[in-house]
Amino acid sequence: MGLLQLQKISVDVPNVREILRGIDLTVEKGKLVVLTGPNGGGKSTLAKVIAGIQPSSSGSILLDGEDITSLDITARARRGVAFAFQQPVRFKGITVRDLISLSAGGPVSEGQMCELLRDVGLCARDYINREVDASLSGGEMKRIEIASVLLRRAKLTIFDEPEAGIDLWSFTNLIHIFERMRGRMEGAMVVISHQERILAAADEIVVLADGRITAHGPREQILPTLLGGGEKCAYCPGQGEACAEGAKA
Amino acid sequence: MNQQTEELLALISDYQPGGEFTGAYNIREDGGCAGRRSSENVVITSKLGQPGIDILVKPGTKGETVYIPACVTHSGVDDLVYNDFIIGENADVTIVAGCGVHTEGEGESRHNGIHSFRLGRGARVRYLEKHIGIGEGSGARRINPVTRVELGPQSYMEMDTTQIGGVDTTERSTEAAVGEGAKLIIREKLLTEGKQTAVTDFTVTMEGEDSKADIVSRSVAKGKSRQSFRSVMRGNSRCTGHSECDAILMDSASVSASPDLEANHLDAALIHEAAIGKIAGEQLIKLMTLGLSEQEAEETIIGGFLK
Repeated sequence: MGLLQLQKISVDVPNVREILRGIDLTVEKGKLVVLTGPNGGGKSTLAKVIAGIQPSSSGSILLDGEDITSLDITARARRGVAFAFQQPVRFKGITVRDLISLSAGGPVSEGQMCELLRDVGLCARDYINREVDASLSGGEMKRIEIASVLLRRAKLTIFDEPEAGIDLWSFTNLIHIFERMRGRMEGAMVVISHQERILAAADEIVVLADGRITAHGPREQILPTLLGGGEKCAYCPGQGEACAEGAKA
Repeated sequence: MNQQTEELLALISDYQPGGEFTGAYNIREDGGCAGRRSSENVVITSKLGQPGIDILVKPGTKGETVYIPACVTHSGVDDLVYNDFIIGENADVTIVAGCGVHTEGEGESRHNGIHSFRLGRGARVRYLEKHIGIGEGSGARRINPVTRVELGPQSYMEMDTTQIGGVDTTERSTEAAVGEGAKLIIREKLLTEGKQTAVTDFTVTMEGEDSKADIVSRSVAKGKSRQSFRSVMRGNSRCTGHSECDAILMDSASVSASPDLEANHLDAALIHEAAIGKIAGEQLIKLMTLGLSEQEAEETIIGGFLK
């Protein structure tokens, strides 16, 4: 039985740009699943549906066998769903220390905080008392977001484009984090990404285009089709809609 | 000193019931004096001909804290007080003022505290002012503080003023003249709820060369409360001034902000920022994805904002 099971998930509401048409997907425990596909294909919507941020129009969601479809964001978070925002949210007056403690659900020791921030290339001493407001750069916010979400050690952790808005140095470290996590995680991770190096770290790859899953399988099977080796590619990272169009493989 | 005063003192300062302040202090209770002590360097004397006290801090005084709390402990009190602070050259002190109003009956109670500060050359003052209203009475609790500040050359004043609920109406007026090389910092935190109203009025004039002023007001308006923020910043010489008003709006409250900048010198650099809005939906969602309920998320956001 999968840790996460999506059954016929659809989203078709006027104010949502990306729609989903009957998504069936199972994510097994211990797997790193990368969700890729053209912009507007439904990746972010699907991630938000799993976290409860976007309600689904129909279908059901099971976490560890429990139907969580009717649960709100808070209840899903408490049952073990973590979500890293593509654009981290800023708060006035809330410090890095506060945010990390909130993520951990209690106080975090200086030592733990150091270790955690070091993993994302930040020096705890310089950051823990800083506010997560406009004074931090996009890259700094992103690193803090990733660190605080990893700290939750959730059953299911979702990353919405972790590579978006970070500098090259952070990116290299980000890859290391995913590679390391893969070996030791107890739960599962769903990562939305266009990045070849993140795709290369996946156990499984899911291609989502036009609200449907157009390909799903082990990395070894899917990745070569994405990198445009042949005449047809399921989806070429960076080449957008045009390429995905001809490739309902 | 009555028990109500003790309770209010604990809320507006670091006073422990049954304890005593260290250093110089003057406790005002229902228009009278419930305790006073001067220290070697801080001399407190009653004014002649009008209610209030003079607080004289000798030049060069370092590291002392002076407590000047005022408490109104029951309904039907209308208190007016003039407190004058004369801070000697190069003194460095903390002044804890604060006012608590308790009403138990129908009659309203009011405290009008008029504080004026004169800072000598090189003096530094940290001024903490906390206002609170408590009690079950239906009588309105009103606090109207007036603060006038004259900053001498190279002096520095940091004013930290907080009012978190309980006060039905407040009109807060602060006027300051900043001298050569002097710096004024004001941090205001305000929360209104129910049908409370709060009016804040700052007028800061930078008179001296290289004077600086920085005013930041953060407020939360809940229920049907109303807030109005007005700040006038005037640069009469080479100076830098920044004022910021940031308000979170909730329920059916209303907030108005009127920034006013006046530069009368080519090298006066003045900035104002104002933002009023409800709690951003994405902030609530972010905290809910960490397992907080919507209400806990709201409290966390407001708590951080007013910290």
